[in-house]
Amino acid sequence: MLAKRIIPCLDVRDGVVVKGVQFKNHEVMGSIVDLARRYAQEGADELVFYDITASSDGRRVDKSWVAKVAEVINIPFAVAGGIKSVEDARTILAYGADKISINSPALANPELITELADKFGTQCVVVGIDTYYDADTQEYLVKQYTGDVSKTVTTSWHTLDWVQEVQKRGAGEITLNMMNQDGMRKGYDLEQLKKVRAVCSVPLIASGGAGEMQHFYEAFALADADGALAASVFHKGLIHIPELKQYLKERSIEIRD
Amino acid sequence: MQIGIIDTGSANLNSVKQAFARLGYAAEISSDPQILSKAERLILPGVGTAIACMQRIEHKGLIDFIVHNHTPMLGICLGMQILAKGSAEVELNSAADRIKTLGIVSGEVVKLQAEGLRLPHMGWNTVEHTDHPLFKGIKQQAYFYFDHSFALQCGSYTIGSTEYGMRFSAAVAQDNFMGVQFHPEKSGAAGEQLLRNFIEEFG
Repeated sequence: MLAKRIIPCLDVRDGVVVKGVQFKNHEVMGSIVDLARRYAQEGADELVFYDITASSDGRRVDKSWVAKVAEVINIPFAVAGGIKSVEDARTILAYGADKISINSPALANPELITELADKFGTQCVVVGIDTYYDADTQEYLVKQYTGDVSKTVTTSWHTLDWVQEVQKRGAGEITLNMMNQDGMRKGYDLEQLKKVRAVCSVPLIASGGAGEMQHFYEAFALADADGALAASVFHKGLIHIPELKQYLKERSIEIRD
Repeated sequence: MQIGIIDTGSANLNSVKQAFARLGYAAEISSDPQILSKAERLILPGVGTAIACMQRIEHKGLIDFIVHNHTPMLGICLGMQILAKGSAEVELNSAADRIKTLGIVSGEVVKLQAEGLRLPHMGWNTVEHTDHPLFKGIKQQAYFYFDHSFALQCGSYTIGSTEYGMRFSAAVAQDNFMGVQFHPEKSGAAGEQLLRNFIEEFG
């Protein structure tokens, strides 16, 4: 059976791994290659690297570390951050990344999703969606340029509409970053995750809010996410991947041994 | 041991090369039959679409080189799929419903019939194998990393299979040709063992 995926996320800025709370106040967590190697050895199923400043600074991800990561790990990984063209994507894939994940550039130019899918296959193309729950209007809205708080904008897209749009355009996977929960360690937004799941026929990765092992279980068992992504709980050693996988296996979640 | 990686224009050539480097083997990426013919092992990698991959190897004059080769050759992912007779993976909005591929393995590549399941089939899934030497030292139901929407049907050539909506060929062998639908270069320890077997078991 297809296993559920545990995905440590490494937010990269200026060549080091950082992590903030609700996308702000980043602190340095360690070297990219060291953390990548550690997670791969510990049993992570996949890694995601986000250059969180790339799109908002109008530059693309510094690629030299992508090749270094590909040298040391034997599990798949995706790279995100300022990929604006087929050429950008080709370069990153050529360095050894397995997937490219696009977010702000997909909102700026939705046609890019189709171009990438046509060129590299849908299985390479992940669309990251930064979704924000507006408690006043009770709406789920898509945000853009979240790498820099001063440049972040709320788009005209409702989350569920954008989820359907990106699938039509060729997204092979969706990573749903639930911003209200990000870095809070209080659990994924299961209500939102279920709503998105209902309209999402490609693999769906939950992101934002994992704090305890139970939260991973909930994302898989209650919201049927295909993967669960987390950062700070892994970087800070609050959750150890081998223990997490054992915990999930004991609860009958299909997990790679 | 000289390992040649056939440059299919696929975007992931470097990850295959790096996987061999981790095993202590240098591999050379080339689309030149002169260089590739010196290799003792050949890798046919592929990511993207079957049509783009076929066009590229045709353009480089590599079809005859591949089809008439007697060196142990391992197709990976799309590189395995193009070993088949034909593929249903046509371009979006294309009038054709099938393209012709290399015809080394007698089966057809079809869209995964994964009713109620997500496509692409992406992630770690288990492989049941026939104890073919390619799987030496690899347990039954070992997990490998998959990432695809089309798959080669099962047939007499199937040496490993996986279930995702339907049972399909996860690994095939025909004479000196072998192929795996999953990505051994990204499949952790099991993938490393398989690549090692490909180098060491077919002397």
